[in-house]
This record gives sequence, C-alpha cells and structure tokens, in this order.
Amino acid sequence: MNSLRERAFLNRLDELRGTMPARPHDARAIAALAANPGCARRAVMDAAGVDKDRAARHVGFPAPFGQSQFAITRGNVFESLVKENGCAELLRLLRELLGLSVAQVGYRDVESVGSHLRHSHTRALIDRAAREDDGTAVFYDHPLFSLEIAGHTSYLEPDVVAFQIGGRFHIVEIKSFGMIDGQAEPDKVAAAARQAAVYVLALRTLMADLGHDPERVSHDVVLVCPENFANRPTAALVDVRKQLSVLGRQLTRMTRVEYLLEGLPDDLTFDLAPGEDGVPTRSADELTQALLQVPARYAPDCLSTCDMCMFCRHEARACGSTDLLGRQIRDQLGGVSGMHEALGLAEGTREAVEGQEEIARLLRLADRLREESLR
Amino acid sequence: MSALTALARLRAVRDGVAQRITTVRHCHISDQPLVLIPLKLAGEAAAPLAAMVGTDPGHPRLLVVPQPRNRDLRFAFAAGLAEVLLPYIEGFEKSTETVERRGGEPYERCLDAPQILVPNRSAASFTGLLGRSTRFRRAEGPYPVHPSVPLLGRWLTYFADRSQQPGSSVLLAATEALSLHWATGQSGLEDANLAALLGWIDPPPGMSGHRAAEEAEDPLLWPPAGPTTDPGFDNEVLAPAIRAYEEAPTDRAVDRVSQALRTQLDPTWRLMWRAVDLLRSLPEGSRVKDRWEIDRGSFTRFVERIAEGSPPQARRDGAVGAAARLAGLERARASYDVQRAHDDPLLMAEYRLTGEAFAGTVIAADPEHSEGEGRSRKLRPLITVRTGDPVRLTPGTVVGSPDRRGHAAEIVEAVDGEITLKITKGMGRGRTPAPGSVPEPGERVSYTSLIDDFQSSAALPGPEQTPWTHGGPPEEYEPGDDDAQEEWL
Amino acid sequence: MTPQQEAAAVVDAVLADLPRHRGVVVDSPPGAGKSTLVVKAAGHIAETGEPLMIVAQTNEQVDDLVERLAAEHPDLGVGRLSASGYITPGRILALPNVSVAGKLPDLGDPAVVIATADKWAWIGDRTWPWAIVDEAYQMRSDKLLRIASLFERSLFVGDPGQLDPFSIVDGDRWAGLSWDPVQSAVSVLLRHNPDLPVHRLPVSWRLPASAAPVVSEAFYPFTGFRAGTGPADRSLEFTVNGMRTPFDLALEEAAGSGWALYELPSRHTVRTDAEAVLATASLATRLLQRSPVAHSERGSHPVTADRIAIGAAHRDQVAAIRAAGVPPEITVDTANRLQGREYDVTIVLHPLSGRRDATAFHLESGRLCVLASRHRHACVVVARAGIPELLDAHPSAEPVQLGVPVKFPDGWEANQAVLAHLSKHRVTPDD
Repeated sequence: MNSLRERAFLNRLDELRGTMPARPHDARAIAALAANPGCARRAVMDAAGVDKDRAARHVGFPAPFGQSQFAITRGNVFESLVKENGCAELLRLLRELLGLSVAQVGYRDVESVGSHLRHSHTRALIDRAAREDDGTAVFYDHPLFSLEIAGHTSYLEPDVVAFQIGGRFHIVEIKSFGMIDGQAEPDKVAAAARQAAVYVLALRTLMADLGHDPERVSHDVVLVCPENFANRPTAALVDVRKQLSVLGRQLTRMTRVEYLLEGLPDDLTFDLAPGEDGVPTRSADELTQALLQVPARYAPDCLSTCDMCMFCRHEARACGSTDLLGRQIRDQLGGVSGMHEALGLAEGTREAVEGQEEIARLLRLADRLREESLR
Repeated sequence: MSALTALARLRAVRDGVAQRITTVRHCHISDQPLVLIPLKLAGEAAAPLAAMVGTDPGHPRLLVVPQPRNRDLRFAFAAGLAEVLLPYIEGFEKSTETVERRGGEPYERCLDAPQILVPNRSAASFTGLLGRSTRFRRAEGPYPVHPSVPLLGRWLTYFADRSQQPGSSVLLAATEALSLHWATGQSGLEDANLAALLGWIDPPPGMSGHRAAEEAEDPLLWPPAGPTTDPGFDNEVLAPAIRAYEEAPTDRAVDRVSQALRTQLDPTWRLMWRAVDLLRSLPEGSRVKDRWEIDRGSFTRFVERIAEGSPPQARRDGAVGAAARLAGLERARASYDVQRAHDDPLLMAEYRLTGEAFAGTVIAADPEHSEGEGRSRKLRPLITVRTGDPVRLTPGTVVGSPDRRGHAAEIVEAVDGEITLKITKGMGRGRTPAPGSVPEPGERVSYTSLIDDFQSSAALPGPEQTPWTHGGPPEEYEPGDDDAQEEWL
Repeated sequence: MTPQQEAAAVVDAVLADLPRHRGVVVDSPPGAGKSTLVVKAAGHIAETGEPLMIVAQTNEQVDDLVERLAAEHPDLGVGRLSASGYITPGRILALPNVSVAGKLPDLGDPAVVIATADKWAWIGDRTWPWAIVDEAYQMRSDKLLRIASLFERSLFVGDPGQLDPFSIVDGDRWAGLSWDPVQSAVSVLLRHNPDLPVHRLPVSWRLPASAAPVVSEAFYPFTGFRAGTGPADRSLEFTVNGMRTPFDLALEEAAGSGWALYELPSRHTVRTDAEAVLATASLATRLLQRSPVAHSERGSHPVTADRIAIGAAHRDQVAAIRAAGVPPEITVDTANRLQGREYDVTIVLHPLSGRRDATAFHLESGRLCVLASRHRHACVVVARAGIPELLDAHPSAEPVQLGVPVKFPDGWEANQAVLAHLSKHRVTPDD
C-alpha cells in the first residue's frame, strides 16, 4: 500500500470505530484472530478496534462469557507461587527442562518503573541482554511488548516472563490448568500456544528492530502448569512454529481488510460514544442496522470465541442459514445455504436451479430412504 | 454428518422438535441405573465440589465439599461417594451364570452389571480424573484415607476407561446417548447442553423446541449440567457461602453451601431421569443384548481383578497395554458400526445413500445353481434384485444381509438397477438349499458390503518382552508411599 | 557430484552402517529408489549367508518386492509367506526361485522370507539376524511391536511425506507417549533409540525436473531432494493432434510443462461434483485418444492405459469417476491406495475442489503429496476455483498435545505452495 492509500484506509477504520479509542488488542484477542478468519464482520470490527463486547451488549446480545472468581483466584495464586523469591521455582523447572547448569539467575521486574516507561524500559533491557552475551541468565517479569496491527500499535502486557540466557530468549507462559501425568487439555494448551506465539513474534520484532537476530527468540515456549492435582508447578516445552506461521498469515490479512471495506456505505460506523450515563448514545436499532451491513460467517464454534456470537446466531436463525447447524453441513448440502431451500429440494416442492441438480437428487433420495425406513 | 442426519436436522428446525435418526435404541438402559452428576470447582483440575447421586429418582443423595480446597474434606467427599457407589456395584457381583466355551474351561459371568449415567462427556472425563486422584491412596502409612477411597478410585477409573469402548453401556453420557437417537435443530456443539437438547427432544406443551432450547441456555433458569458451574452462581452465591463456612465451619454454614449447590443440581437430576424415560421408551435394537453381555463379561473380569488384589490401573498405558487396548477398541468400533446398521433400517439407509447397501425386490432366483464339477461342485444359488438405490458395489464384493444372519453373498453383476448375487453362505449343506434360505421372487431383501469381517490381530508379546524398538521391558509397578502422598489440593 | 554418484554414496553409507547399528533408518522421498535400495540391501545381506526377513505392508507391495528380488537376484531363494485369503497372482507363480506358502516350514529354507507385517505377527519361535522393513512410515507402531522380537537388527525404509497411519478410533489417550500405538513405526523407533543413524535418499528418479522442486519445497521443506534427470531428459509427445478443446489445451500444457490445472468455475458442490468428475474422466479418455509417447532416459514408449492413474481423496469420488466412463486399464483410486505406485501421467481430482470448509482430512499434507508425486512425466489437477479463499478462511485452532513432536510440513502451507505453482499452468473450460 502506498502511504496515501494507507492513510485513507486508516481513516476509514477510524470512522468505523467512531469517537471511541481503539480497543487495544491483547495477546488473547490477537490469538483469536485465527478462530474464524473467513468472517468479514469480525475482521472489520477487529481491524477498526471496535469494542465487540460492548457492541454486542448494546444491541441486546451479550456474549455468555463469564469468569468464576475461583478460577481467577486460582490463576493468581499459582502465578505468584511460580514467581516467588525471584522466580526460584521457575529456575528449578528450567534447569530440568533446558538442562541448564546455572546456579544463579537475575530477576528484573519491568513493572517497577512507571507504566508509561515500561515499553522503553523493556526495549532497553532486551537490547542490553542481547548485547551482553556473557552467559548470564535473567528473568524479565512483566515486560511490555508492542505489535503493529492494522496500522495501530497494540501493547501487550504478558502475564509471561521472558527468560534470557547467553543472549537467547524463551517465552515462559504460566497457566493454572493442570498437567496430569504429562498431559493437559489439548484445547487449553492450544490456546496458550497461540498466545505465547504472539509474544514470541512481538519479542522477535523487537529484536529485529534493535538490530539483533530475531531467531535468538526460541520457538519453543515454556509452559508452566500445576502438576497433577497439586499446586507444585511443572513445565513442558511447546513448539509454536505452526502457531507463528498462522499468526503471520492473520496479521497480513488484517491489512487486506481494505478490500472488505469496498462497497460498504461511506457513512457506515459502529460508533459507541457514550452519553452521560455511560450508555452509547446511538440507538441499538441503528447499530444493529450498521452491523448487518457487513456480512458475518457464523459457525457454532463462534459461541466459544467471539463476543458477537449471539447476535450472529440470531441473524443466521432469522434468515434460515444452514450455518446454524454446523461448519460441515453446508458441504454436506452441496453448498445450499438456506434451510428452506434445502428442505424444498429434498421434498420436491422446489425446483433445482442450475448447479443444484446433484444435491437435489441426493436430498430427494435421502428423503425417500428416510420415509421408507420410518414406515 | 451424513445427508440423512442433515435432513433430519433441517426438519427439526422447521417442525420445532427433534427428529428420530434411528428406529430402535442402540444402547442398553439398565432397570436400575445409577445417576451421577458431579460438580467441580472452577479453575481446578479435579477438585470436587458436589455430586448428586443415586438410583431412586425421588431420593437423590447430595454430597458437598463445603471448602473444596481442603484436602480432608475432599477425601470425606470421596468416602461419601464410595458409600453410595460401592454397595451399588457389589449388588451385581453375587449372581452369576456359568458360560461354557468351546475349547476352554467354563467361566462365571455376572447376570447383570452396574450402569452409571452422567450428564455429558465432560462429566465422564471428570469421573476418570476423580478415579485418577483417588485410586493410588492408601488406608495405611502417611496421609491415610478410608479404605473405600482407593477402591472407589479403581472403579471410577474402570467406568471412565470403559466408556471409551464403542458400544459399551456401563457408563453413558446422557447427551451422547440422546444425540445418538435424535437430531435437533441446533448444532452438535449446542447439543452438549443437556437442558437444551431435552428442550428440543421433549419441549414443554405449547412450546417449540427452539424456544425451549433458548430458555435452557439461561443459567438462572437451567443451571449448567456440570461439571463446571455457572460463573455467575460462583461469584454471587457460592463464594459468599464458602467464605461464611471458612469464617465459622458450623452445620449452618455447611447447610448454606449445600442448599446453594442443591439449586444447581436439582434441575439436572430431573433432566437425567427424563432422559432415562425417553431412552427407555425406544424399542431396543436386537444386538444391544449381545453388547451388554460383553459389558457384563468385562465387569466380571474387573471384579475378579480386584478380588485377586492386583494393583490399581497404571497412570498411563505401557507399550503392550496401549497396543492391546487399541486392538480392542478397533474391534469394538468395527462391530458396533456394523451391528447398528444391521439392527436399524434408518442407519442402513445411510449406506444405501452412499451406494454401499441396497434394498429391493427379488425378480429372479435360481436356487439350485451350482459351480464346479464332481467333488468340488458347490451350491451357489443366484438371485437378481431390482432396486432404485444408487448401488456402487463392484462385482466380486462380498455382501451380507441384515434380514438373514449367517447369510453371505457375492455381487456377480450390477447394471441399471438390477443386481445379480451369488449366495455363498447360509443355505445349508445339501444339494439343494435349505427351505427359506434363498429369497424368492417377489421378496423384499437388502444387502450391504458392511459386514463384520474385522481381522483380529496376532497376539502381543507380554509386557516383560517389550522389544527394544519400544523401549524394552518396563519397570514393574510397585505401589509406594509417593503415590499415596501425592498432593490433592 | 552427479545425481547418480550422490545417490550411490548414500546407499554405500547405508550398507556400511547396517552391521554397526541395531537399526538404520532411510528416508526416501517419492521415487528416490526405495525399492532399489531394499533389493540391493537384500542382496548385500544374502551375500553374508545369513537369513533375512522382509516386511512390507500390503500384499501388493510384497508381490512387487518378490518380483524385483527375483529379477535382480535370480540365484536367491525367496519365500513368500501368505495369509489364508491370498490368491497367488500369475506374475509370482511364474518365478522360478520363489516358493509360496502359508506356513514357514512349507517354504523350504530360502535365504529371504518376505511377508506383510500382519502375517509376520503370527510367526513365532524363530529369530532372524536381519530384517528389512519397507514402507515403515506407513506402518503403525503397534504392528512393529508385534514383530520386533523376530529380528536382531533391521533396516527401516520409507517415505516420511506420505500419509500417516491412522486408526478408526480416537488415539488421544496415548498422546505424548513414546510408544503411542497410532504413531508410525519409525517415530516410535527413533524416540526410543535416538542415536540410530537416519539417512536420506537425495534424488528422485521418478519425478521429472518439473516436479521434483515443487514437491520437495512443498512437502519436504527441511530435507529436500532433487530430480535425477534434467528438463531435457523427459518429454511427452502426442502422436494424434488435438482440436484445441480445453481438455486438449490442459493436456498440452501438462505435456509441455509437467503440470496443468484444469480449473472449473467456483462453486460449492457435493463431494461427487458431477462436472469435476466428468472433467477428470474425460481428461483421461482424451489423453489416451491422443496416443501419447513418453521419452525418457530409459528410452521411448507409448503411454498405455496401465501407465495412467486417476487419484481422488474419497472412495465415492473414485466410484463416480469410474462410473463416468474411464478405460478399465486406467487405475482409479484414493490417495491411500496409490501410495508407493508410479505412473507416467496422473490426473488428480483436488481434495479441496468445491469444498466450503476444509477439514483436517482434506488438509493433510500427505494426501496431496501422494497425489502430486506419482508421475514420471505430467500431472493434471482438476479443481474448482476458490481454493485459495477457502484456505484463507480456514480456522486454525487444532488442539495441541504435550510431548507430541510438531509435524511438518503444515497441510495449509503445503496446499498453498502447490496451488501457487499450479496457478501458472491454469486452463479453464472457456479457454
């Protein structure tokens, strides 16, 4: 993109978002980009930094994502246990996992400086570490990384620790789900791996920016979890190379959101500017109409990943979309997108249009066999 | 999802009620099942919070852990669960039958076996985790527990492991058992919500399945079936109750936690028994009994294993154990799929749709047709079947028929909806076929290439002979204090 | 070094390693001379006078090896063990030094005994000093467990880029275990014996210069291989003129460049997309009508029906293509069953054609690798437009199991790489 076009594109995103500040992308949000990349609605809202959770609430379809305080407490307790005494437990784990012989490890808490300085402080510390290749080992707690996403700088405040030894870095991710007999829930590990990949990428970008070899940040991240049913931490290496390449693809895609914007009305906006009572001043109806301008690609998996899920499910239901029934069903129905259409073909009340002859034949046969078998 | 199931789902959406996708029931439902609804503390791998358990719909037993982070209270919970579960299991151990077998000693098999019903797959997995966290405990030495606790652990592990066996019914997840028989107007993912699923299958009078399912998603009306509780309930109700117990561990405080948890469990308890009734109302498939017999055999062997004093199940399978289990699972999967299709015309319809089966009318028969000469002369009756199904079976394919057990045939020719078959098995040994063994013109028949011809694999070496390619013989398991001391926080 | 020298050096190194290690692994990309190596190693071992057992995975593979052994080593006694349902094909019966039997004692005492892994598992009470395990990456480790005590040392040969072994049941329970029974025999072997030497055959003799770099980059990104022949060594010529129909254009593009993408308009279809199926079958029929002649380093020969294969992902597609009318001598089969086979020209129905959502099955890199690497001269791929968009919209959220090594290449990337190359050789029905 040339700079003029880029500016126009960024302006367009700003208009879509309206007067609210862009919602920063945390690692979780960035990792979630890969969940349903075919959805234009989500892509546009994410690129523009719209607060999807707030938008969904305002139109009357809040996402059913709550967090139990027991889970939050458990997470915090475990994290502080791992980080106690300058990450002493962590050092024990890394010694075993990476076969280190270091006796001593430095500990730098980046949070000790004011929040406005944390990013530059992180930069300075990483730069120094990358230069001093003297074999010392250091933990960096609460580093603040940044990543450029669709023209906006997003700051990432990892609940992670960066570990550096001899100028090489590992991202350490602390999670409180259990690792039982060497295995943890694969979906949770996958989510942790996707998030960790965001930090690996951010740290690699920073390294490159500082003129160091980005490959010095390992693609093996250290996942720290409670062992079995206890609080005692244990660790495993997770290779995030695949997650890194997926992430790379999604970030490139974000700038391609440009073509999704073509054909949208010029005055389209998802503005959520609040009135004095904190509630968005726009009517819910107006916002609903605006949202419907950008096509969604609803799939049932959205119910666990996207803030807009209930809204989109309602929409899919209202227009009788086969997407409601699952990701594979449209393939099963030979591309027929409407439930009424498919039923009409099956029951012979609807003529197949060009290209539907085969699926119509299949559905009619299925219908006959079903009737015959239920007799 | 097949086109047939897809169609059933579309109909469910239009008619506002779930549609049957089988004509018979394919799982065993015991006369006296035990329903178990476990709850766990959010954020923990296996910290039990409560369970509602029992065999009498009118009298569930509620077990709670007033402070789930307290180790002693957890073991008290486990002992409480054992108090319900172990007598239930033992009730099936006594009555046995003697089974004769060809070329072997006769053996004993329990006449019936226990059956545990849990709400969903997560509850089944959690049952396994509970088993894992209790089976290595010991009644003596450091951190002693009640002797029933490790026994409970071994049984829970048994049930959870066995529930992965295709066709087994000793531990069923209600959502899975229901989804096997009904298609709803929502996605499979949403079917994992028991209340929503039942909303579609059996909506309240005057309400559509869609509406009932929507209501079921409101955690205030229908608390989740567990094992994870509703975060709103955790934050607003449970947390204050637990805090009150911490401040003063009185009976009243315990009561408050119990009452809170009861509100979360009662609705699911009622749903579970509704699920049982719904499943019972379906006629049983003819091979369900055969599979239950295998379950009874498996149960009996585990009873014996415990009686012999063998050690608890290992944490993970060894090389030989894993291969043996895999072979058993594959064998069970293959015959389960075949048996269900042969038991159920609606499932067979799936194979007819893909051309692997067909049904039609016999239009010609040559029952005395034979092949070969003299001594090698063999009776090979021929029949020709006319069908409207899109058959994709090539000449030479071996087929069986759901209508005739022990019957086997081979496709000779398939052109333009007329299939000629050569019958190779099941017509007796005479020069002419046994009466009724060859279908007659005008008869309605069906054939399929889906037959139970699973080749069993050769024997495995003993674990002590594990070869070098697989790490060599494993160290023998010695139960030690380490296991018993494993933290459970 | 010439490709010949390079490949010979690897073979020498393999043979030299045999007596030094309990196991030697040889990775062989498509057409890199795996069977040649097996036959050569068999002769090498037989020279020592010690008995050898050979393990292959299917009856067809066993028969192929028996045939090659008999041809290369006519003095060697070969015993072929078979299971009860096996009918000995004529090509094996005709071989003088080959005995076939269901039981070991009935074979006599040949220097080499060969059977499928399943059959070997029933043989006990004897230990062979040497074994060769062929197609070891397609062998499930539980099969190796059943036969590993039969031999003292073994050569494992296979192609890591093809389809992984699979099970009809869920294997999650064993994830991360070093002896996971649903993993391949080689991965389990190497996890327990990380010090065993692993060699890699560096040259594909099958794939032409037009295909080796494409397949190598897409499916063997870290190891790589090259073609044994140069661009001038192979050519495909039609002795009957075409009529400039789109099918002709596609075939000519493939003859000229080694690849063609016959692209139908974008549409979501049922799996047995009639238009795509018909195009696939018609291309094969048209190909034969054009009487192609293949010229290669081995000389020239007419490309007859038995030198042509059609590949697809699903069995119902295979049946539909057959039903659409293909000369019976042309092989039509799924990727699974085309593994290890070689043809002059292949026509492939792309696994993602007409799909709206890709599944792990469709994206499995091994499936595409098999389909794209069976040919000596040319490969024509039939697909509907829109596959790049489908890949773009594919959610990437595979679960991650601890302790399971990440497998490369990623199906997504491999699919993109192949498509990017094919797009340069596109022909559409409107052309």
